[in-house]
Amino acid sequence: MSFINYSAREINCKLVYYGPGLCGKTTNLQFIYNKTRPDAKGKMISLATETERTLFFDFLPLSLGEIRGFKTRFHLYTVPGQVFYDASRKLILKGVDGVCFVADSQLERMEANIESLDNLRFNLQEQGYELDKLPYVVQYNKRDLPNAVPVEELREVLNPTGVPDYEACAVTGEGVFDTLKALAKQVLTELRKGQ
Amino acid sequence: MLNAQMVMYEEELSEIQEIADQLQQDSRARTILIVDKNGQMIANAGAGSDLDTTSLSSLVAGNVAATGGIAKLIEEEEFTGQFHEGKDISVHMTLVARRIILVVLFDKGTTHGLVRLRVKKASEALSDVFDRLAVKQASTPQPDLFAEITDADIDNLFND
Ligand SMILES: Nc1nc2c(ncn2[C@@H]2O[C@H](COP(=O)(O)OP(=O)(O)O)[C@@H](O)[C@H]2O)c(=O)[nH]1
Ligand SMILES: [Mg+2]
Repeated sequence: MSFINYSAREINCKLVYYGPGLCGKTTNLQFIYNKTRPDAKGKMISLATETERTLFFDFLPLSLGEIRGFKTRFHLYTVPGQVFYDASRKLILKGVDGVCFVADSQLERMEANIESLDNLRFNLQEQGYELDKLPYVVQYNKRDLPNAVPVEELREVLNPTGVPDYEACAVTGEGVFDTLKALAKQVLTELRKGQ
Repeated sequence: MLNAQMVMYEEELSEIQEIADQLQQDSRARTILIVDKNGQMIANAGAGSDLDTTSLSSLVAGNVAATGGIAKLIEEEEFTGQFHEGKDISVHMTLVARRIILVVLFDKGTTHGLVRLRVKKASEALSDVFDRLAVKQASTPQPDLFAEITDADIDNLFND
């Protein structure tokens, strides 16, 4: 749910990075955090287990600059990917303005990708959202690994509706900002269309 | 669609600010935050620049969401309040009108009882403002500010 503050002249939007455990959601946010000017970002918060697995969410507030005199702020969240954290994932999807599905390109993670994508669709529906009507992009992460499935195959299975999709290597940052930009752009475009 | 946006106008924001200021005084609290259920801060009173209100708002919202999830599981109607007692500073959180979280940070300069009492009054006042805000938002056409946003404007956001 975007929050437009005419008084403070701010637009606030919530973006959620979704995907199976260990696909690289947290790494995406870390890269964005590391590459963003100090004045344009807040603290990155990670609610993680002792082994650095996301327990509840990661949170990164970004200020992207102004549009027509309105400051644009994006709140980036990741969900915990492991199957048993489903209740937490539902909570984080509340009020979402745009979703990035991060897929793990490795062959052995194909099942997990499919399961997570189904779970995303289902959890959104449960809250009255339709994935196909939301600003939505797909990222094929871990392209650097030798066991990465060809993009055409991933696309066929994970992006049947042909939304904007990007290859990435979140550890080096390749594709990370392209993905974010594409999503932010869709969200702002949606605002323009809206109402 | 469910994710109807929230809109805030000058007039209502100043009313909300007034409620926050008043509550801070009456309850002798350190800081008041008024946070949207999704974790975005709407107003605060007494938050110094050393307080990371953005992070705080997001965590408070996560906390309230998690507690709400627990309530649902045990078939309790939403818990409306939460209290965390610290050695120096305590936190009191209240859900207002099902969509706003009123957060009070207070120290030994006051008591939980007084805070609770004042929060009750402030919640009612806030509820009233947000009800009116919802009506106003539904009946006021958006200025066509967004209609004027061009692709170039959006691209420019990322060009630095
Ligand atoms: N080789 C490679 N490893 C990655 C990539 N992105 C993330 N990782 C690693 O995958 C592991 C899990 O990443 P993390 O971001 O915690 O996954 P999350 O569970 O989706 O948040 C970490 O060890 C990362 O360093 C990538 O593009 N390539
Ligand atoms: Mg993670």
